[in-house]
Amino acid sequence: MEIYFFYMFAGGMILTSLLMITRANVIHAALLLVLTFFFLAGVFVLAGAEFLAAVQILLYAGGIMVLYLFSIMLMNVEVAVRMRQWHRQGVVVLVAAVLLGLEIWAVLGEVEFGAPKQWEWSLGATPGNVEALGAVLYTKFLFPFEVASILLLASMIGAIVLAKRTIER
Amino acid sequence: MIPMTHFLVLGAVLFLIGAMGVLMRRNAIIILLSIELMLNAVNVTFVGFSRHLADMTGQVFAIFVITVAACEAAVGLAILIALNRDRTMVNVDEINLLKW
Repeated sequence: MEIYFFYMFAGGMILTSLLMITRANVIHAALLLVLTFFFLAGVFVLAGAEFLAAVQILLYAGGIMVLYLFSIMLMNVEVAVRMRQWHRQGVVVLVAAVLLGLEIWAVLGEVEFGAPKQWEWSLGATPGNVEALGAVLYTKFLFPFEVASILLLASMIGAIVLAKRTIER
Repeated sequence: MIPMTHFLVLGAVLFLIGAMGVLMRRNAIIILLSIELMLNAVNVTFVGFSRHLADMTGQVFAIFVITVAACEAAVGLAILIALNRDRTMVNVDEINLLKW
């Protein structure tokens, strides 16, 4: 049962992402990427990462993609629809992608992963996914967490400075 | 139970689709969207390994990847808005001021 849902979500993701990279209209591409992220949230739930699934919908589909759509509205995108959409290096890219895909296929055919490990905590004391994630994030990964906040601050200032009309001296 | 290989194949296929989008399209916004797709393909692999190894680290790293993706989206869109201010410049091969 689980595997059929996985195939459904994975097939939906591949279909919508293929449609996304072939659209001429940018807004259609952004909305198709939102759909891809909803399918991805389904894959995360099947993998037992419920918190990431919620973050995927709230933050990615609801935050980052809305930022994209608002920025697209600020730009003049109608002209781009009538222009040539593809680089002239398409054949080279396709050949490289097929070669890379065959390489990954060959490597994955060799590796035997075996049965997945069991979670360490004892039965009956199982913490939820959010609790387990928070316990690791705020102890073992506290320093990377703080570095990520500085990265967010820097990119926020950078975005304001770059998009500002004129910079006062 | 979903085999581990399925997650890896899904991640690889999505990454390849995103890379094709980056290399083949001229529209800068679609290139940014394809980069988001590639970052998410990495997340699929992280979460798959997190489940297989029964280790939370994979999910923590997926959160950091999402953080970096948010930063990249903000800065990339700010650059595109700055480029769009004076005239329409949405194709990456038109932005060639520094090209030798």
